[in-house]
Amino acid sequence: MMMIKVKYFGAIAEVTGVSEEVLVLEAVDSSVQKLSAFCLQKYPQIGNLSFQVAVNQKISSNTELSENDEVAFLPPFAGG
Amino acid sequence: MMRLPFYLLSPEADMANLNRYDRQIKLSEVGFEGQQKIHQAKVLVIGLGGLGCPAAQYLAASGVGHLGLIDHDVVNITNLHRQILYAEKDVGQPKVIVAKSVLEALNSEIKVTAYVEPLTVENAVALIAEYDIVLDGTDNFQTKYLINDACLLADKPFVGASIYKYQGQLSVFNFRGGPSYRCLYPHHHLTDNNNCEETGVLGVLPGILGTMQAAETLKMILDIGAVLHGKLKFIDVLAQSDQTILFERSEEQIKLIKERPLQLETIICELKEKNKIYLDVREIFEQPQIEDKQVIHIPVSQLTERLDAIPTNEKVYVFCQSGRRSKKAVAYLTEAHGFDNLLDAGSVESILK
Repeated sequence: MMMIKVKYFGAIAEVTGVSEEVLVLEAVDSSVQKLSAFCLQKYPQIGNLSFQVAVNQKISSNTELSENDEVAFLPPFAGG
Repeated sequence: MMRLPFYLLSPEADMANLNRYDRQIKLSEVGFEGQQKIHQAKVLVIGLGGLGCPAAQYLAASGVGHLGLIDHDVVNITNLHRQILYAEKDVGQPKVIVAKSVLEALNSEIKVTAYVEPLTVENAVALIAEYDIVLDGTDNFQTKYLINDACLLADKPFVGASIYKYQGQLSVFNFRGGPSYRCLYPHHHLTDNNNCEETGVLGVLPGILGTMQAAETLKMILDIGAVLHGKLKFIDVLAQSDQTILFERSEEQIKLIKERPLQLETIICELKEKNKIYLDVREIFEQPQIEDKQVIHIPVSQLTERLDAIPTNEKVYVFCQSGRRSKKAVAYLTEAHGFDNLLDAGSVESILK
């Protein structure tokens, strides 16, 4: 098992209802894609939004995750 | 090159004019030479809303020699809580015309050019090429992608910012071979533009982001400090927190932009209901456009001439941008032309997935 801190921004945080949480993943399911799939299952409405994923403050959609990594879901904003 | 005011050529010549920049000339990183750079700079501000107003105001006050302002919109009363160049008397006037007059009153030594028109595929590259730096104050994704692509083609950096409720994002794109907006957000599938009119915004938030954009612009002009490129700054005024995210240039995205003609981003919209027939009574330029065989498109102004195009043998759901025109259209077609199969579906947002 592995603990990952996940942060949500903008409209994504409104879907999740929290701005951050700790998710516990199986160590074998440790890629960003697996985490994204896990979050999409937990919060299906995220699927309607565009977002980028950052791991430890760096955009990286294809990274293996390690214990205590910090993942952020970043939607683009349009307002001005 | 722009003609310098005489006091910059001989600092002793006119202390009165020089005095206005005294507090920034005193900075060792600025000095007379820096003030001269600011005076020679040409900055294009695209969108004179919540971000563009404070940005343009500080750039004018700092003495940026030539400011271009482009926006096709007029001042609305709902703009005043955040678009601080405008007053009550300006409601209904073109934003850039009002902004030009306010900025010229603030600083008569600078040149301000106002363009009362939208940025388009046709005018973007030529217009941007006339300036050194672009400041993005727009409120929709289509224009943001257009600015990015045109800046890349014209080889100009642009300072991007955008807001959502209490949060903002800031980054400098296309700076000295750095990443572009598409390297950060290559694509999106948005059903709407979630702009401030619809989502609400604390007035001071674009003020914070807009002044940060002005700061990045001045840093680039002066060639001082660390320009925020390859980094996205997230700001949350409720939590009073910020976070910086790193991102890299994607050669694949850059190549894509450079190899194709400049084009507007398509906003892909999916209808919630797959088997209903819709009547879109908006004008053709209104966004998002929906290309779907379930949707019949007749602007309100053409309804009377195109009655034949409206089916009478099945239910038709009528929509517009906000729900106001669709309601009127249903009433008009029902009362004046005997339709008994029309239903008001309200706003475009409500019928999209």
